[in-house]
Order: sequence, then C-alpha cells, then structure tokens
Amino acid sequence: MAAGTNAIKIAIVGGGLAGLAAAMKIAEAGHSVDLFSVVPVKRSHSVCAQGGINGAVNTKGEGDSTWEHFDDTVYGGDFLANQPPAKAMCEMAPSIIYLFDRMGVPFSRTKEGLLDFRRFGGTKHHRTAFAGASTGQQLLYALDEQVRRYEVGGKVQKYEGWEMMSLVLDDHQVCSGIIAMNLNTLELKAFKADAVIMATGGPGLIFGKSTNSMVCTGSAVSACYQQGARYANGEFIQVHPTSIPGEDKLRLMSESARGEGGRVWVPRQKGDTRNPSSIPEKERWYFLEEKYPAYGNLVPRDIATREIFQVCLDGMGIGGGNQVYLDLSHIPAETLDRKLGAILEIYEMFVGDDPRHVPMRIFPGVHYSMGGLWVDYDQRTNIPGLLAAGECDYSIHGANRLGANSLVSCVYGGFIAAPAAIEYAKNIQRNGADGSRVYDQELQRQQEVNDALIKQFGKENQYVIHEEMGKWMTDNVTVVRYNDKLKETDNKLLELMDRYRRISINDSNLWATMALPHARHLKNMLELARVITLGALNRNESRGAHYKPDFPKRDDENFLKTTIAEYSGEGPVLSYEAVDISLLNPRVRDYSHNKQETVSATVAASASASGLPPKDGAKQVPPEGEEQKPENLSAPVIWTQDKEKVNAPVRDDATRKERDKGIEDAGGKSDKL
Amino acid sequence: MSTQVQTSSQQNPPKSVVIRIRRRDKPDAPQYWQEFELPYRPNLNIISCLMEIQKNPVTREGKRVTPPVWNMNCLEQVCGICTMVINGRVRQSCSALVDQLDQPITLEPMSKFPNVRDLIVDRSQMFEHLKRVHAWIEIDGTYDLGPGPKMDQDDVMERYAYSRCMTCGCCLEACPQYDGENYIGPQAIAQVRLFNMHPSGKMTRDERLEGIMGEDGITNCGNAQNCVKVCPMSIPLTKAIYEENRETVIHGLFGWLKR
Repeated sequence: MAAGTNAIKIAIVGGGLAGLAAAMKIAEAGHSVDLFSVVPVKRSHSVCAQGGINGAVNTKGEGDSTWEHFDDTVYGGDFLANQPPAKAMCEMAPSIIYLFDRMGVPFSRTKEGLLDFRRFGGTKHHRTAFAGASTGQQLLYALDEQVRRYEVGGKVQKYEGWEMMSLVLDDHQVCSGIIAMNLNTLELKAFKADAVIMATGGPGLIFGKSTNSMVCTGSAVSACYQQGARYANGEFIQVHPTSIPGEDKLRLMSESARGEGGRVWVPRQKGDTRNPSSIPEKERWYFLEEKYPAYGNLVPRDIATREIFQVCLDGMGIGGGNQVYLDLSHIPAETLDRKLGAILEIYEMFVGDDPRHVPMRIFPGVHYSMGGLWVDYDQRTNIPGLLAAGECDYSIHGANRLGANSLVSCVYGGFIAAPAAIEYAKNIQRNGADGSRVYDQELQRQQEVNDALIKQFGKENQYVIHEEMGKWMTDNVTVVRYNDKLKETDNKLLELMDRYRRISINDSNLWATMALPHARHLKNMLELARVITLGALNRNESRGAHYKPDFPKRDDENFLKTTIAEYSGEGPVLSYEAVDISLLNPRVRDYSHNKQETVSATVAASASASGLPPKDGAKQVPPEGEEQKPENLSAPVIWTQDKEKVNAPVRDDATRKERDKGIEDAGGKSDKL
Repeated sequence: MSTQVQTSSQQNPPKSVVIRIRRRDKPDAPQYWQEFELPYRPNLNIISCLMEIQKNPVTREGKRVTPPVWNMNCLEQVCGICTMVINGRVRQSCSALVDQLDQPITLEPMSKFPNVRDLIVDRSQMFEHLKRVHAWIEIDGTYDLGPGPKMDQDDVMERYAYSRCMTCGCCLEACPQYDGENYIGPQAIAQVRLFNMHPSGKMTRDERLEGIMGEDGITNCGNAQNCVKVCPMSIPLTKAIYEENRETVIHGLFGWLKR
C-alpha cells in the first residue's frame, strides 16, 4: 500500500438512498468519498418512494420474523433471487429502520409512541414502517443530512451537476476511476478512485414514460455494461399496477393506498358510464378480491398488473378504456389524510379530483427494474474495483419486487458495498506505474465521442428516436410478451441505433445544454433496451413480472437461472447462471391461497421428487377445482418441516461450501450495522 | 398503455398554448423574451410544453432558435428542482397545469438565485445554509443501537410538516427581505425547528440557534408572511419563525449561564 488507510478514496456515482448510505458508511469509517450526482443529491429519485420500508419488527403480535420476511421476498420474487443476500437484507431490515428512527425520520407512531407499521402487497403482516406517504423523501433526507455532516467534516466531496460518462479501466480491466462531465461547461474530467460504487438507480426512461424521475436513464450503468460489466436479469421489469397516466410521465399511486384498504374495481356492466359513486355495491366487480380471496387487493404487483391489464383488454375497463377504479372513498377522510395525505395530494394536483370522495382512475405503468449490474454477495461486480448497490444492481428481488422492499434493499446494498469497497481498496496494489496514461486515454476517448456528436449533422431528431424507443418498449416488452413482437422490437432498436448516427445536436449554445447529455443517454439507453428485449425473448417461461402467454407456466427445469448479458461490441451475448436456492425450495407461487397452504403443497410435492423442483414446472394460478392443499397439515407443522429442509444437503457439495460462505459473509455483515 | 385520465375538461378548450419564456444564454449575458406556440392538448403541464418546444424549437414568428433549457426530475412535486416563476408566481412547473393558467403563459427563472441559463438557477446557497444551521441529528454512529426515542404522534405530525421541505426556494423567492446574503430565510429556520423539536436533536439545540442568530439571522424577518403563502408543501414557516425567534431570544438572554 502506498499510504495509510486514510488515503483511501472511493467514488460513488449516484446520490440516492443507496449512494448516500454507502457514502455515510465510508465517511464514518474515516475514508474519503467523491460523490457524483446529476442533480443535487437531495433531489434524487428516492424521494418518489411513497409507501414505506419493510422490516420484520413484529410489534403487532402477529408472529412476524425476519425469516418470514425473507420467505415473502423470495416467494414474491418467484424464486429467481439468490437467497443468501435476500435473507441477509431481511435480517438487517429492522436495524435499518431503527437507525433511520434515530436519525430523526418522522415515522408514524402508535398510541404508545412506538413505530407504527402497515400492510403492503405480498405479505400478511404489518411490516412496513412509514412516514406519511412520503417515506422515500424522508429517508433520503435523513441520509442527505448525515452525509452533509460528513461534508462539513471534509470527508465527502460532492460533485453535483457532474455526470459519469465512463469507467477508467487499466490494462488489466481493473476499475481505477471514472470520467465525468460537468453539465454546465461540458468539461470532461478524470477522477481517480480506489474503488467505484455505482448507485444510479433504474432505467425507466428506456420505456419513455414511466413512474421514474427524469434522471433514471440507466445511462451510466449501460456505460459500465459496454465496458465489460455483466448485466443480469434485464428482462425483469416491474410494471406497477396503479399509476396515474400523464402527458409527461406516469405518476405513481402508491401500493399503500391498497395497504390502507383501497379496493380495485370496475363496473360489472361493460361500458357503464355512470358516475362511480352512483354505482351500487353489487354492480361493482372487485376482481382482485374475487380471484385472490387470500390476498385480495394486496396480491404482488405483477399479478395485480396483469389482472388490471387483462380486464381492460377484455373491454371491462372504465368506459371501455384503459382505466380501472382504485377506491378509497369508503375510508374516513381524516384517516386518509393522516396515512396517505401526500399521495392523495398528488392525485388531486395532477388530475383535479378528490380521491377522498371520488374513486381514482389508474392504470399500470413501468416502475422498477429487478435486473441490473451483476454483483456477488458483497455487491462486487465482475470488474475488480467496481461495485453496485440499489436498483442498479440485480441482487435481491428476483423476478418481482415486493412493495416497500426497494428502500430497504437500497440501504442494505449501500451498507454492504461500503465495507466491501474499503476492504478492496485496502488490499489493492496501487499501481503508480500507469501514471496518468489510462486516465488520459479514456478522457480522450470520451472527448472524441462528444466532439463527434457536436459536429455531426443529420436529419434525425434525438427526441423522436427516444419517443419511438419508449413506445416500442412499452407496447412489447412490459406486461405481456410475445416472441415475434420481441424480435420485431429488437429489429426496431437496431433501426433506431442506425438512425441515431444521423442525429443533430439542435442546440448551438453548448453552455448548460440539455441536448448533448441527452444524446449520450440515448445511445446508452438503446444498448440497454436490447439487453432487456433479448433477455425477454430468450426466456421462454412466465415468472414474476415476465409473462408470456405462449409459455404461461414457470419452468424451473429450464429457467430457474439468472440471465447474464455481456457486451460484445455488436450487442448483448447472453449466458445463464444457477440461482442459489440453498435456503428455500422453490414452490408454486399461488396468491389465491394463503402462503402456508402453498408451503404444504410443496412439502407434498418435494417428498416425491426428493427435494428437486417439480419437473413439469410450477403454475402461477391453479386451474379451478384443482386442489393443491393437503387437508391435514396445520401451519406450525409445515414450518417445522420447511425449516428442516434448509439444513438438508444440497445437490453439489462444492457449491454448497460456496453458498455457506456467502451466507456467513452476508449474515456477518448484517451484524456490523 | 398510453390513455389519458380524463379530467373535468374545459368547456371551450383553446386551440393552442402560447408560452413566453424569459431567456438568458449564459450567466453574464442579457435576458430576452421568446414566444412559442404549440397545439393544445388536454392535461398538459408546463413540463410537457417545454418538452414539446425542446423537440422542435421554433418561435411563434417561425424562427428556429436554441432550445430553452430547464431543470426537471421527479415531476411529482417532491424533488423541488423544476421551480420557476410562472405567470408571476413562483412554483413547480411539473404541477402547473395549462388548463389552470391564463394565456399567454410566462415562464421566468427565479430571481433570487444566480441564473445559469434560461430557466435554470443555482440554489446551492440553500444547501450551504443547511450546513450552517447543523440541519441533522448528531447520532453516535450508524451501528445498531436499537430504536430511537418514543414519540407522541402529534409531535411527529408537526415534525413531518417541516421535514417535507424540498429546498425548492419558493419561500426565498417570495420573501421581500431575502436577496441572497442579508437574511438566512424561512427554509433554514424551519429546519432548525424540525431538528430542535426532536428529543435527540434538542441536545444540540444551541448550535442550531447560533446558526440563525448572526447579522443575517432570524431577526431580519419582516413578517410579510409571503413564504407561507407560496410554500408548495404548506409548511407552517411563520410558526417556525415565531417559535425559533422565541428560542433565540431565550438563548440570547440566558444561554451564557450554561457556559
């Protein structure tokens, strides 16, 4: 090591919840942070998270546990998540909530003055701590405040208004810094770092309109992918069931609206144009409650989204259009104001109706990417010195994310990435021999890209290309996917990439221009759009958010595996990696029944198949009349049986060792919080 | 997936939307006005109008110009970045709906902050103020020390109101006393209130009070009460100023006794 450990400097790209969580931990450990953010960090997309943060604190006497949270998370994610990190996150979750409580987040309270918890989708427990209906805003501010404290202390240097363009990789493909661009001057600059943590959030803008903020382009992550970072499970895009369609974006209507008793319905009569309040109860079709009696309106997002989509496709939407009602008007206005005030204001502000008295009109909208940069259980990507945390990594949510798990996964990711980055930085040979050569080379490469874009003149309009990409992606790569449409979409993306070569920067004033940064984003978005589309094309099954009517079942035999995309220069090359299912055996995901019943069904099935997943693939929803539940098993017995299976030997001893190590690593870290 | 929510549509919707933008090419350049016209659609907000202009920046007179630039991010009025002066009133442009605005619609950058270009301003001063008033809880560490202090839901609700401040700057733009240097302004004072109300925050209350007691401190408030009228989050800013004024007076009178 060239100098003492105090000389360690970590670059963090992105100042949302994950980035700030990592920054706080690194600064607390006494090391330096360069924090890059396109917008002032307090304006990051994390502010949009509304409903809450999950943690099995079990203050409601419901017998909740971190294991139960873990089981819900993996089950909700349709068994595609590697289980050890998901378990470690759930174990850390209560202490994360307590930490934010200590940092002054105004979490809602019970009469005794304790933290209050509400219910969210995909669980039967009150597990979600919340600060009104702007929990993300409150959590982000708490971290922003703590990081500002370290900024004053000189440990954190913020580069707000700087955008990462690329990684600096040395001759051995080791990450040793980044190139960033000042968004006012367009100046490109190389920043040295011992390790780089990506915390840039999701890529919603690839779909044109989404619930994401305008900085959520996925551009920086795409740059990493194009420089050799592996991108995993890109095809898993969560479409949130309830968003408010708008001209410029789809505004989220939080799941907490259903958590607090909101009911989804359409008129039973097709094309009924009556005022919703005048439609009597028996003429309303509460289709989620009818189809999923166990979870009702709180089925996981992918299921709610498909049901709403299908209802509208069948012409049962309000007035025959693409809208259904989300109704809170039966709940006292005072309760609504206290628990959901912020989101009701959003609806009122942007639509003009008062949801306290009139049912809201909602439709699904692209919301979250479960996929992202491939990372190991310490949040390390395949590029040495490059780590990732938050929505931009793929690690926790499998095929579908449960509501209120995003905030906790961001903080968890940041808290794991920070010590891992420090550990890495302590142990690397700081290679002085390269000097500034690798930085100069990369700087020059990026300058050439900018110069070429500024000089080139063509008839194509970059904003039109973005719109077309968004429309194709939304129409063909979201709720329902068909292979022929996916192929067409990929061809369209290739066409758009070709047309991209003929765009003009329509702004002759380069000071603080929006045109050049957008052109850089667009190229990167197109590359990532192909990863998403081809990942979907090659996954011939239905799992979580990924649904193909031609392959309606989950196919564990062929597709219980992680999609890995690597950039070849011409596009993504796909390969697959086994999923770590060392803790829970995959079982049928069926939200029309209670979870215990699905466990018992799996116990019965696995007894005959000696612990292996069912051969014929699992069903999302059993056909009517097919009884899966053995009658005589009570819940406690099932849990005993299930927990025994955790300790049962897994197929391959070598991988088992790896897995055990992973569990220890992840679990050990959680103690250090 | 692209259907619009139908609002209570206007009786006679206009055919077009006329937008006048006060522009500036770079910090030291003069300001000038340009007028744009675009076809009317229901449910337009100012951001979608600006996006439309950006795509094809041609003025009403048919002259091709550089596209106006602005800041935007969440578009849900929680990030605060897209704040500008619309028809003379400071507010977020994402939640400014064309159907509720008189035409022609005028867009101007906020006037109390350095104007970077067109509608973009630099509000970093507000974040500097947060440093000065120590707007954070002094936690011992981020390791697991169990839950925070118990709190009354009523106190939580009051703190929640202050903690929704998104540092947008509306209060400073509307404040007749604030001109960038002579007064720290309602935003920072409300944050002092937020942290001084917290059971742990109280313990370092004096540091925050000293942050608002200097020459440019809380006594510069002229009680115009504009701040509370323009605050998009309906934060009780004047209440915060009242409470903190009381606290600083007591601290000023008796604070030395603690030393």
